[in-house]
Amino acid sequence: MAHLTINGRAMTIDADPETPLLWVIREDAVLTGTKFGCGIAACGACTVHVDGAPVRSCSVPLAQVDGKSVTTIEGLSADRSHPLQTAWIAAQVPQCGYCQSGMIMAAAALLKAKPRPTDADIDAAITNLCRCGTYVRVRAAIHAAAGLA
Amino acid sequence: MIGRYSLAMLAGASALLAAAVAARGGAAGQDDTHARSVAAFTVMDRVLTSPRCQNCHTLTQFPRQGDDRHPHRLNVVRGANGHGATAMACTTCHGRANNAASGVPGADEDWHLAPLSMGWEGFSPALRCAHLKDPTHNGGRNGAAIITHLGTNLVTWAWRPGKDAHGRPRTPPPVGYAAFKAAAATWVATGAACPVAVR
Repeated sequence: MAHLTINGRAMTIDADPETPLLWVIREDAVLTGTKFGCGIAACGACTVHVDGAPVRSCSVPLAQVDGKSVTTIEGLSADRSHPLQTAWIAAQVPQCGYCQSGMIMAAAALLKAKPRPTDADIDAAITNLCRCGTYVRVRAAIHAAAGLA
Repeated sequence: MIGRYSLAMLAGASALLAAAVAARGGAAGQDDTHARSVAAFTVMDRVLTSPRCQNCHTLTQFPRQGDDRHPHRLNVVRGANGHGATAMACTTCHGRANNAASGVPGADEDWHLAPLSMGWEGFSPALRCAHLKDPTHNGGRNGAAIITHLGTNLVTWAWRPGKDAHGRPRTPPPVGYAAFKAAAATWVATGAACPVAVR
């Protein structure tokens, strides 16, 4: 049994301690904004925040988040007003959109730690994969959000 | 007179001889201790050069992966302090235990690279040994602290490295942990001697 908060909501999860956090988020909390991309922490589509730090939830067992606070894309803001969400829409970043929630959560963690990231900071921090190739717009939106914040 | 001189000379000679015999036995003892120390390090070095250790004790701005020690995929970098890039820390993916579902290794909530000062990839055994006992290259550790370090999660993980994303078991070091730690204790206790550098 694990006790955690997801987007501010306290939850008690009765599941195998080895259950990836990704499935707890999608199936127990019924928050489907966080996506499964690879299952091996390679693509970043499943990125969420645990106690404010970005993690790839496909590789985080439930036992590791017992007592911790999880934030998913749904919890980034109540009304899509986070600077990244505003910038993402303004730049029309997504194409298919599948990787974007993880991309935004990774970017949110970067801006929290580095409010004015350089291109090199973005290169190092945002290793999420996008098969549609939206990287140029991702970079532009991060810079724009940094200017908005 | 002659007898007295003879006695004195005999006493002096005896003292010299006794000293020479003692010195010879001491030197032989020291040689033996030195040899044991070097032999102990040689055992340790088989672990230090295994990929499980070398992949994080790099001299590069990135960690390595796998038995073939390829650069860590997906542009993973050392970062400013060996914990990864800002917002892309090692702990973004690596947790406190091996993850069977994803194949991502884990051992500690603070998975990170050894600092560059403690990197030893590409070194000769002599240089690796010298760095291992040099406080400016081993995190300021004395012998006892080195032994303590060998009991930390990130070190002991090497002997329970789990499986990769394809389900293939990672190779542990070629020397068992108990034997490695015993060799380290012997090495420290015998003066931490190093093999001679071969040019």
